[in-house]
Amino acid sequence: MTTPAIDVRSVSKQFAGVRALDGVSLELNSGEVHALVGENGAGKSTLIKLITGVYRPDAGEVRYLGEPVAFARPRDAQAAGISTIYQEVNLVPLRSVASNLFLGREPTNRLGLIDYRRMHRAARETLSRYGISVDVRRPLGELGLGVQQMIAVARALSTEARVVIMDEPTSSLEPREVDLLAGVVDTLRRERVAVLYVTHKLDEVFRFCERVTVLRDGRRAHTGPVAGTTRLRLVATMLGRDIDDVREHGATTFTDEHRSVAGEPTLRAVGLSRRPYLDDVTVDVHAGEVVGLAGLLGSGRTETAKAMFGADPVDSGSVSVDGRTRRRWSPAAAIRNGVGMIPEDRKAEGVIAELSVRDNIVLAALPRLTTAGFLSDRRQADLVDTFVKRLRIKVASTDQKVRELSGGNQQKVLLARMLCLHPKVLILDEPTRGVDVGAKAEIQSLIDELAEQGLGVVLISSELEEVVEGADRVLVLRDGAVVATLRGDDVSEERVMRAIAVASDEAAAEPSTTDAPAPEDPHA
Amino acid sequence: MTTTPEVIAAPARRRLTIRGRRWRPDRAGAPIVLALVVIGGSLVFGDSFASAQNFGNIALDSSYLLLIAIGMTFVIISGGIDLSVGSLLALAGVLTAYGARWGSVAAIVLPLLVCAAFGLVNGLLIARARIAPFIVTLAALLFARGLAFAVADEGNTVYIIPADLTLTRLGQARWLGLHAPVWLALLAFGVGVLVLNRTRFGQAVFAVGDNQEAAELMGLPVARVRLLVYVASAVLAGIAGVLVAAQTQSGLPTIGEGRELEAIAAVVIGGTLLSGGAGSLSGTLAGVLLLKVIQNLINQVGTLTAYYQQVVSGIFLIVVVLIQSRLARRRLR
Amino acid sequence: MLDTLRRRRNRADVLRFLQVGGVYVATALILAFNLLFTPNFATLANLRLQLVQVAPVAIVAIGMALVIATEGIDLSVGSTMAISAALLPLYIGYGVWPAIAVALLAGVAVGAVNGSLVAFAGMQPIIATLGVLVAGRGLALVFANGRLTELFDPTLDSLGNDSVLGVPISVLLVLAVAVIAGVVVRRAAFGRQLLAVGGNRAAASLAGLPVKRTLVAVYVVSGVLAAAAGVLSTARQGASDPSFVGLLIELSAITAVVVGGTPLSGGRVRILGTLTGALLMQLITATVIQQNLPDSTARMIQAAIIVAAVYVQRGRSRA
Repeated sequence: MTTPAIDVRSVSKQFAGVRALDGVSLELNSGEVHALVGENGAGKSTLIKLITGVYRPDAGEVRYLGEPVAFARPRDAQAAGISTIYQEVNLVPLRSVASNLFLGREPTNRLGLIDYRRMHRAARETLSRYGISVDVRRPLGELGLGVQQMIAVARALSTEARVVIMDEPTSSLEPREVDLLAGVVDTLRRERVAVLYVTHKLDEVFRFCERVTVLRDGRRAHTGPVAGTTRLRLVATMLGRDIDDVREHGATTFTDEHRSVAGEPTLRAVGLSRRPYLDDVTVDVHAGEVVGLAGLLGSGRTETAKAMFGADPVDSGSVSVDGRTRRRWSPAAAIRNGVGMIPEDRKAEGVIAELSVRDNIVLAALPRLTTAGFLSDRRQADLVDTFVKRLRIKVASTDQKVRELSGGNQQKVLLARMLCLHPKVLILDEPTRGVDVGAKAEIQSLIDELAEQGLGVVLISSELEEVVEGADRVLVLRDGAVVATLRGDDVSEERVMRAIAVASDEAAAEPSTTDAPAPEDPHA
Repeated sequence: MTTTPEVIAAPARRRLTIRGRRWRPDRAGAPIVLALVVIGGSLVFGDSFASAQNFGNIALDSSYLLLIAIGMTFVIISGGIDLSVGSLLALAGVLTAYGARWGSVAAIVLPLLVCAAFGLVNGLLIARARIAPFIVTLAALLFARGLAFAVADEGNTVYIIPADLTLTRLGQARWLGLHAPVWLALLAFGVGVLVLNRTRFGQAVFAVGDNQEAAELMGLPVARVRLLVYVASAVLAGIAGVLVAAQTQSGLPTIGEGRELEAIAAVVIGGTLLSGGAGSLSGTLAGVLLLKVIQNLINQVGTLTAYYQQVVSGIFLIVVVLIQSRLARRRLR
Repeated sequence: MLDTLRRRRNRADVLRFLQVGGVYVATALILAFNLLFTPNFATLANLRLQLVQVAPVAIVAIGMALVIATEGIDLSVGSTMAISAALLPLYIGYGVWPAIAVALLAGVAVGAVNGSLVAFAGMQPIIATLGVLVAGRGLALVFANGRLTELFDPTLDSLGNDSVLGVPISVLLVLAVAVIAGVVVRRAAFGRQLLAVGGNRAAASLAGLPVKRTLVAVYVVSGVLAAAAGVLSTARQGASDPSFVGLLIELSAITAVVVGGTPLSGGRVRILGTLTGALLMQLITATVIQQNLPDSTARMIQAAIIVAAVYVQRGRSRA
């Protein structure tokens, strides 16, 4: 048996009392494409960071090409031949495309000075191998996310890597770009490079990979050849549920029925436009209805949510609640009118880490709890206790700082913050991202319950099954525009993916300048 | 073989190109304003402003600020800030005068070594101990100022540099009508431009300020870069201090107060983003000149006191930065 | 492994104690040192002197602490002191209280300018308040024609130099400001908003908090407090001296805030710690003088303490 390229032996890693990995082992062989799957919070990211030297394991060891290694920083892992393509584009947006490709390895002339002409030429050549034709002198940040991701791939593969780790590489890629990536993976396999392919899109597991390892709650739940398993079985293993149960009830704890609701919508967002992110988006939400927004990363889902909530300004369009259009829309106005939102990035825009659980929950309700500028301790405490109980938030005390809570509990704190305002409509952007399986199920049931009680919900999730099973109606977004609306039986993963693909095929038939959004305003 | 599908990003809008190099309207702000102000000043004040003598004075005045601002540019582009440069200027001046008793070489080496040491400590505390640059360099500001006073016996002793020392003769020399500090500042500018734009180190400085986590993941030596910019900043402040001492032939611990703020202003006016990741030395040069020309013009008016000069300087800084940020915001959208 | 965990936990406990209590320990130590080694230290007169000398810095530092809690900074406080000092002699003809009112209003105006630049124009606080620092000092000098003006007003004089029940009025003022600030931070909605804005501005905005209004308000508070400190300083000296009053006080204020345990990254305020930090810095200066050490030593010691204080804080955020 040949030595595996990467041999992870029983590693464990703990963060502030939360066990991210518990005795996980994994073998990655050269020339093999190995899938790593698992729900949010299962430990995939932590495992990658352990291999690449961002973290050190608390227990266990990692062996690279047979030798135990303990990389001090990512730079050392890279130098040793382990290349990583991250889910977030970890490049520097203000620098040019060529700079990003060659940062740290810029070609120099005899004097040791950077030779820009050579660098630009080499950049153009490299990118053309990936089918990308772009002005390499442009700042990277001006390009669409998909192109940025492909450039990140190009950079990661430009070193002589023996191991390539891809973390959710297709999250921002169009179907055409995914085909490109397939070609890249093929090439890597032929060159006997070991590929660790992390994804939650199970179709890709079956399309690209030979072996699969399933992580669940920080432990290895399964490992074996892809040929020996089915999609259903993988899902069941990921969730820790019985396979028949999953077959019957679906992967989420959402009830299966898709309601269709009549009557006047509670919230109407009409013609929302904001160059270059949103293009005439209209969303209606009725009481008791769950409206799903589906689409690739960068398709405008979060921008739509923020525009609906008044967090971002719009060039044109309006939002009305209960039939009355609001002139000046802002988060404060939205909240006053019964609209709440849980943002996508709870760390950056949601929880206030240094404040207590109590302070975080009452944050939006401050105006209602104040008399003459002072807060009533008792009313605060009552409110907080009610919602901590109702949402089953696990805290030692409500004085605890919110950053000490797990991802799932933090998300519940945000939910409590909005729910204690008794909103009519709740916009949820990735409500179960980075949340463990247990809390995820609780949150999903909660959404069902709330909808049943008459709350209108907008649900955004990059996990298709969540959108498909949770929503009554699904709007598919692409490049900031609504390209399809699916109702009733049409709501299925295949239909959604087809809607995205069809739209992009149509666009491909046209001249390409309409593809990526023009990043600059010609009237500026 | 399957044909590889093509991914084409929208072609860039036709930009202004001057000799093939991209010309960013927002970054060109400071040079344009500078040109306007100089032309305007010459028209209004005629010979008292637009003379070789006056321009020479402005150039000399600007050279010390330019030296400090070059270092500050590197620091700010890397995402940091250096408040200690004013105090380091004074400390270097005092040490130069103090060291003059042992000859010109000692008079130059001593202050530069000490400043480099300060820069090193700053850099270590910031890059390795991960303490906020504002705080670290604030502490260095206090410490260096204290040290300067201590060396100068609490300001009671003023060390004099003899006129016949090589240092003095070089420092006060004039070539082609320009003072020595001007030449040195221009040299530093040239080297700085080369390092910032044409070396890997310079590119790394930009990257670290742009997105430090990404730079780390991309394998750049982030800590080393962050450390070196503070050493550079401190040494440049030291050079400026040596030059001031050579010019005035004395070492006063009281000088340099507020120079760091002036340098920050010049850098920001020149188009460098305070948040890091973008900027240029040519912009800083324009910013320095602009500040000094404005100061000079206010003096020309004569009837206005130096106090009004301050008011105008303050308002000017705010207005320029406001315009700067407005232009930058338009560009990013 | 259990051993390392135990050791790690003990270290964390020690660190936490230092972060919260470090400034108190240091102050206690320096007080003890002085009680033992400095003659005439424990006299009432000396204690009173120390407190009165630190009063203006303490008041400014409280305002600075609130601004820093919003992740901002106010470099213009010294210039605001100068403006208020310059305005006093100009309006004292209308009576001492109207003059003080004008001085305080000037503080409001400066604060409003700072706050608007930060909140509405989106400028970085360091640049905005830097511009106001430069312009403000110039304005103060314009008002006063660069001169020092002596003020002979009994009310003003008693404000600066008299005591009530043995406690100097300026010290009472500091206590009053501190108590109000403490109450506001802990019990008032404004205090909550302030901490939220400093803790995570984006989150505060998405929760519907009036972010811009809060920012403007906090800079106004800082401006008013700086103006009050200017009045106090002038009252004590019996003279308005806009060239020197408040010079470099922003450094002292920032130092007091940081050493006192309020993080520059915002989201938390330690009013008592700020006061103690100001006192600590004052005592260091006093000790240095009374021990006949050179003045420069005080600066160097202060610098070392700042770094130590923040280094200790640093460890906590990483834990």
